[in-house]
Amino acid sequence: MLSPQVEIIILACLTAAACAVVGVFLILRRVALMSDAISHAILLGIVVAFFYTKNLSSPWLLIAAAITGVLTVTLTELIIHTQKLKKDAAIGLVFPFLFSIGVIMINRYTSDVHIDSDCVLFGEIAFSPFNRFVLGGTDLGPLGFWTMGGIFLANLAFISLFYKELKLATFDAGLAAALGFSPLIIHYVLMTLVSVTAVSAFEHVGSILVVALMIAPPATAYLLTDRLSHMVILSALLGMAAALSGYFMAYYLDASIAGSMATMSGVIFLLALIFAPERGLLVKYVLRRWQRWEFPTETLAVHLLQAEMTQADDTEHVVSHMKRHMLWPDEFTSEVIARSIEEGIITKDGNKLILTDYGREKAKVAIAQS
Amino acid sequence: MDFLISIFSDYTLQVVTAGALILGITSGVLGTFAVLRQQSLLGDAISHATLPGVGIAFFLTQSKDPLVLLIGAAISGWVGTLLINLITETTRIKRDTALGIILSVFFGFGLVMITIVQRMPTATKAGLDKFLFGNAATLLYSDVELMMNLAGLALLLIFIFWKEFKVITFDKDFAQSLGLPVQRLEILLTSLIVIAIVIGLQTVGVVLMSAMLVAPAASARQWTDRLGIMIVLSALFGATAGVAGAITSSLILKLPTGPMIVIYLSVIVLFSLILAPNRGLLWDWLRAARHRQKMHTTTMLKNLLLFSEIQTNPFHPHDIAALKAIGKGPINKTMVELSKKGWAKQYPDKRWALTSTGLNEARRLTEEFEEQFESME
Amino acid sequence: MMTPASEIPAIDVTDLTVAYREKPVLWDVDFQSPQGVLLAIVGPNGAGKSTLIKTILGLIKPAAGRILVLGNRYRPQTRLIGYVPQRTSVDWDFPTTVLDVVLMGRYGHLGWIRRPEKEDYRLAMECLEKVGMTDFAHRQISQLSGGQQQRVFIARAFLQDAPIYLMDEPFAGVDAATELSLVSLLRELKNKGKTVICVHHDLQTLRDYFEWVMLLNVRRIALGKVEDVLTEENLRRAYGGRAAFLMGKGADEKESWTS
Repeated sequence: MLSPQVEIIILACLTAAACAVVGVFLILRRVALMSDAISHAILLGIVVAFFYTKNLSSPWLLIAAAITGVLTVTLTELIIHTQKLKKDAAIGLVFPFLFSIGVIMINRYTSDVHIDSDCVLFGEIAFSPFNRFVLGGTDLGPLGFWTMGGIFLANLAFISLFYKELKLATFDAGLAAALGFSPLIIHYVLMTLVSVTAVSAFEHVGSILVVALMIAPPATAYLLTDRLSHMVILSALLGMAAALSGYFMAYYLDASIAGSMATMSGVIFLLALIFAPERGLLVKYVLRRWQRWEFPTETLAVHLLQAEMTQADDTEHVVSHMKRHMLWPDEFTSEVIARSIEEGIITKDGNKLILTDYGREKAKVAIAQS
Repeated sequence: MDFLISIFSDYTLQVVTAGALILGITSGVLGTFAVLRQQSLLGDAISHATLPGVGIAFFLTQSKDPLVLLIGAAISGWVGTLLINLITETTRIKRDTALGIILSVFFGFGLVMITIVQRMPTATKAGLDKFLFGNAATLLYSDVELMMNLAGLALLLIFIFWKEFKVITFDKDFAQSLGLPVQRLEILLTSLIVIAIVIGLQTVGVVLMSAMLVAPAASARQWTDRLGIMIVLSALFGATAGVAGAITSSLILKLPTGPMIVIYLSVIVLFSLILAPNRGLLWDWLRAARHRQKMHTTTMLKNLLLFSEIQTNPFHPHDIAALKAIGKGPINKTMVELSKKGWAKQYPDKRWALTSTGLNEARRLTEEFEEQFESME
Repeated sequence: MMTPASEIPAIDVTDLTVAYREKPVLWDVDFQSPQGVLLAIVGPNGAGKSTLIKTILGLIKPAAGRILVLGNRYRPQTRLIGYVPQRTSVDWDFPTTVLDVVLMGRYGHLGWIRRPEKEDYRLAMECLEKVGMTDFAHRQISQLSGGQQQRVFIARAFLQDAPIYLMDEPFAGVDAATELSLVSLLRELKNKGKTVICVHHDLQTLRDYFEWVMLLNVRRIALGKVEDVLTEENLRRAYGGRAAFLMGKGADEKESWTS
């Protein structure tokens, strides 16, 4: 038997991984906000199915919600197709409508059962261990393990089986269609998977965290890797990291679990945004600072080398030449000289600038390259 | 009973109506710019991003003064917007992804703040919860006064910078070439959108505020091609849905305001999409049907002309089955149309033939067709 | 029926009409391309050039008309056509490598689910070598220049190994040197007996690069050998008033069209 705490963590990790792997394709296909639309709109499906079955654990809730998810996509695309509205406006109209009907129905008619608008947003992962999967008298763990685990495996199976088709249809829909891999079918199958994933995840973590888990880990992975396959795996791992760290954050702050996980997925994204090895802001900043002085110091070295070769050996002349012809202001020129000395390109002898061996090499390379 | 009377008292209704009116007008006006600049979902991201600000403001000040909470909301909405721009400008991450990250992460953090704040002894649950789905019935006169001041400021700025906002909305590059400070104007416009969102937080709530920006403007767009008229219409639609939603939810128990307003808005959108003169879908369908029928009759005339050139008698009657085999669409209806115009004549046994005026018309059509292409070249 | 296989047109389009919102984009277009030629589709902006090749590929549904590819109705499964879309139509930030993009050319041969194997990788490397991009095989595609991106697309087309190629503006946005090397790659395809049909927009280079040309402006203006088609009269019909401007550019250029 696992402790409830461990069970919650495992469930959160499964949810995060299931969301992240489909999220990769959402962000690459530029439909990231479809996850927002779907995760809100499915509430209507859940509520309607609940009205008929009067049973919160009926599988019909899952099916109805998934259908609503696909309906949202279809409705949105229908509106875009009329060309009366742009894509973003269409998304921004369809899901609030479906979601509002759902919220109103909950508020009006179901205040005595335990779905309310709070759990829509927060989810109730803390209660998930109470819902057990019992088969023939044996307790097989929380039901969530089986649903979320099953959906994670289904997503993984779909992505690995149709990896090449997904990649092609996402990168170059035109060629995909020309080769007979219908991008439309691939799109709708993917959207169905997103809906089913969102529905199951929704129950545990609420609609907003579904969005966070579907978008933030893949976006983080996108900053860290250039390979699609790595991006899928990394997204799942980053999602799990967000779930795990989020759980502990919630534990120590005694705050919303779903909210904390979303926050941590954002913190992890921010870390990648700043520190990513190739694309991070820090690397870019340092690179830019470095490149800013790279050219002037090189130019100075080249001119000094030329002065050496023509025996002019008059560095004062070189410096005033730079100021005149390159339009270098005094302050800038002294900065370039200071940087060049710092980098060991030149040394200073009184007022005289002397090229070091390293500086001479550098100047020669620069001349050869130009 | 006393409780019910107090809820239905005129004072509440007046305050609610005034609040919803102000909200509807402001978001209608600002939403117009958001929709035209294809930033419909920016509103969604900003409104979700305001939530942590509400929590933090309360956490720091322990005050439930709406002004304090709304300032917090505005600041955090602003920070969210800046981060969206930072992400899209410095990385290869696309805009929709950046919006999604900010939307969900900020909202999640907002939930964390709210759960923390709610455990504080000074907080009551009702206080911050209304920011999620909105509750017009709890609006106070002082709230409305605050909303009015903010709305007045926003609308005044729109009035002052009308020309400039119009230019950057339609053609940013052109605005740049005129020497306008485009970037600063864009920041100002986004700030005004933040204000519009903040105004709506207590009434509609964080989750559905974006619809308040998108729906009135999207509806208004269907009715006109002029920015000025569009803004007026959009404000009108926003105000109508806002007031209707707020009153309904105040009168009926357990009816959240935000979702109710969204339902009214959706009805307006649907109505506009289908019925708006010229742009509406209904007119599209009618036009298409008329066009199709016209195409069917022209094609049929041409086919009959072709037959008449083969046959010795140009007015030889053809079996409807033969006509169906070569033609497309509702052949029976097409033939009735033709006979109404006197271009075709029905014979017994469901046979049809050209009339002499029909023959002339068919020849005229063919010539006209050729000429059209000559002139195109 | 009696026509020898080599004389069946590579592409045979009859009475093709494509309408977009009741406005014709292509009107009654007849277009036959012989096998084994380099053919350019030329015309002003909005003439329907891209629409024509997308319709042939089945990406756009025509309002009317018949399309035959080597004498049969086209189905993607027959893999008779290799397609090179406009370079700008894809997202070059996509997380994948050059070799991976080239490999996509084999996807048609592989069919659903099956993954590329060693042999496919070997073939892909071969094609990269043909376009001189071997060293770039494992680079991320966003690091390529415009000309290199186009080479990768051509390599992918090589790998598709189809008898007919449809290319949408293969020279758009590449420098002059790359353009020349791309042309020699297209010639190589032609010399192997392939039919290469390109949407092209540069009248100046038309004579040097292509032997056949179709002038298109919603309707077909003219189709045939370049020297027969490129007459002032035809150009005026395709480009309208602009033809005068195009022709007034200089006597020597005019000569290069007519001589």
